[in-house]
Amino acid sequence: MSEVPATKKTILHDLHVELGAKMVPFAGYDMPVQYPAGILKEHLHTRSSAGLFDVSHMGQLVISGDDPATAIEKLIPGDIQALAPGEMRYSFLTNKDGGILDDLIVTRREKDLFVVVNAACKEHDIALLEKGLTGKAEVRELKDRTLVALQGPKAATVLSRYADEVKEMPFMTFREISLDGIPCFVTRSGYTGEDGYEISIPNEHAVSFYRKLLAEDEVAPIGLGARDSLRLEAGLCLYGHDLNEQTTPNSAGLLWAISKRRREEGGFPGSDVVQAQIASKPAMKRVGILPEGRAPAREHTEIADEAGNVIGEVTSGGYSPCLEAPIAMGYVPLAFSAVGTKISLLVRGKARVATVAKMPFVEQRYYRG
Amino acid sequence: MSYRFTEDHEWVLLEGDVATIGISDYAQGQLGDVVYVEVPEVGSDIAKGDELAVVESVKAASEVYSPVSGEIIEVNEDLEGAPTLVNEAALEGGWFAKVKVTDSTEIDDLMDEEAYKSFIEGLDE
Repeated sequence: MSEVPATKKTILHDLHVELGAKMVPFAGYDMPVQYPAGILKEHLHTRSSAGLFDVSHMGQLVISGDDPATAIEKLIPGDIQALAPGEMRYSFLTNKDGGILDDLIVTRREKDLFVVVNAACKEHDIALLEKGLTGKAEVRELKDRTLVALQGPKAATVLSRYADEVKEMPFMTFREISLDGIPCFVTRSGYTGEDGYEISIPNEHAVSFYRKLLAEDEVAPIGLGARDSLRLEAGLCLYGHDLNEQTTPNSAGLLWAISKRRREEGGFPGSDVVQAQIASKPAMKRVGILPEGRAPAREHTEIADEAGNVIGEVTSGGYSPCLEAPIAMGYVPLAFSAVGTKISLLVRGKARVATVAKMPFVEQRYYRG
Repeated sequence: MSYRFTEDHEWVLLEGDVATIGISDYAQGQLGDVVYVEVPEVGSDIAKGDELAVVESVKAASEVYSPVSGEIIEVNEDLEGAPTLVNEAALEGGWFAKVKVTDSTEIDDLMDEEAYKSFIEGLDE
C-alpha cells in the first residue's frame, strides 16, 4: 500500500470536474489548474470581467480568547490592535531569525480574529499558533466552510445583486452578510490585483451558491494557473517561492505591512533582526524583472550581473497575458535593486538581457471607497 | 509519405531526406496556450533524442526531443511572432524545424497515425 496520504478534495471538486477542469495535485488537494477556456483566456477574463476561484484549500481559522489581537502580535508583526472590528491586514508568521514561515490575512471581528492561511502551511501554522497562544487564545479551523474568490472589475456588480451593501465595502474590510439567504463572511480582498471579494460559505450551501455565481453573465470559472499569472502581474508574493524561512520582511519588500508602532516596539519572533535590517538594509532585495524578448524566465533561473557573475535567482517567472511579454520577480543584491538596473538572466545556459522593473506590472484596481 | 509520432508526442514528416518536426495536436492541448518557442540554430547538428526545441506555455516550459539525427537546415521563424501557431495548427504551421537526416531508417520504429491515436486513447483512460 502507498504511504502517500490520499489527495483531499474541496466541496466544489465534483463541480470542477463537471466543468471540464484539468485537475492537478496542489498542496495536498486535487485542484483545478485550468478549465476548457485555458489559462490565457481565464486570465484576461478576470481582468476584464469577473473570475470565480475555488480557494477552499486555504485554511480558515478563528482565534478567540480574552484579547486575541494582543496575543497574536507575539507571533506576527502585523498591527492587529490598531484594527477596528471589520478591518483586515496582510501579515506573516516569522521565525526567530526574522524569516517568514507563512503569509496570512488577519481580520479583526467584534469578539475574535478570522485568519486565512496558505494550504501548504495550514497544519504547521495551526500547530504554531496553538503553541504560541496557549493560555491566551484558542485556534479553531473552520472545516465547515468553503472559500471562493470573485475577482475582477465586474465583481462588485455581480455580488451586489445578492446584497447591495457589498458595493460600499472598502478594500481590506470584512462583513457578515446574508447572500441569497446564506450567512456568509465577505471580505473585499483577493490575490489578483483586481477589485473583488473572498466569500466564505457554509459547506452545505457552497455548491448551489457557486453555481448561481457561475450562471451570472459576467462570471467564468478560473483555475490555479491563471491565479498564479494574475498574482504575478499584480506583484504579489507566493509563499514557498517568493517568500520562505530565509527571506525577511525587509528583503521581501514587505515592511509596509509592519506599522511604525510594531517596528519600534518589536515583540514578534525575529523582531531584533527586522529592526537591525531597517537600520542596516538587507543584503538581498526582492525586485520585479522585465526580460527582453519573449522567452519566459522561470523560477530558479539564475540572475547574473553584466559581467556574468551569478548574483541571484528568479523566484517566480512566467508570461504576462496583459503585457504579452515575460515577467518575473526574484532576489538580487541591494546594489542591483534600483529600477532600471540592467541584469542578465541565464535561461537554458544563454544569457538574456533583463531590467529591474517596478511592481506591480499591471496596475492594481482596489476599491478604496 | 505520412506523419510518424513518438511516445513523447513529437511528429515527424519525412520528404526525401528532409524531416519536418513538430508536436502533436494532443501535446499542444495538454500544454495549453503556447507563449514562446525556442528553436535550434540553423546549421547545427542534432542527434536523435537530443533537445530540439523548448515550448513555453503560460504555466511551464517543456522540452521537445528530436526523433531523428542530422543537420538543422531550417527553423520556423513564424513562431517568433506567433507562437500560438503551435496551438492552432500543430501539424502544419506550428512545425519547429527541418532536419536533413543522416539515417532515414530512424523513423521506422515510430508510430503511424493510427498507432499514435490508439496510444493517446490509452493515456486518457
